[in-house]
Amino acid sequence: MILSRVVGTLTSTDKDPELAEYKILVVQPLSPEAEGDRFDLVDEGEELLAVDRVDAGEGDVVLVVKEGNSARQITGRPRVPLQAVVIGVVDRVDRLETARG
Amino acid sequence: MHFARVLGSVVSTRKVEPLTGYRLLWVQPTDARGRDRGEPLVAVDTGQYGEGEWVYFVTSREASLPLRDPFCPVDAAVVGKIDRVDLAGEEPRRTPEALR
Repeated sequence: MILSRVVGTLTSTDKDPELAEYKILVVQPLSPEAEGDRFDLVDEGEELLAVDRVDAGEGDVVLVVKEGNSARQITGRPRVPLQAVVIGVVDRVDRLETARG
Repeated sequence: MHFARVLGSVVSTRKVEPLTGYRLLWVQPTDARGRDRGEPLVAVDTGQYGEGEWVYFVTSREASLPLRDPFCPVDAAVVGKIDRVDLAGEEPRRTPEALR
């Protein structure tokens, strides 16, 4: 799973019928960047389109699974053409003292 | 899934049997603002998507799931057309940048 920030929403009416009922979010993957004693989550790489399963909103930091078998399990659809699913809203990320570089 | 714009189509008559009847699209990946990113690739058309349209595609194993034969050897499939992308605090976008 990866950490991402929800940056937008997608509107799409003409799509694969297996995707018809899902809300699709634009998510920006994040990566921790240390700066002295603190760290920030900064944008890393390209935006993805992910199906929302937790009612996430713009600005939320979320957990995104990027694997097809998980997507099939979560949706209960064995033939859904999907990998990325938002499966959690992140409240907080803590960093261990020993992880400080 | 990833953003892309359709550059055109690829015609291939002699191809593996499970791909018979499917159109192949030549697509250029974009970012969420519709700016070209990375290298173009070929993806199966699972709907009726056409040149100039802003679409999204799925890669790897999941690309073959919309096809008749889910064991078809493909690694990218266009699975939807983008009507609109809304990013926080920005005007809605309906077309990729190259076509604006």
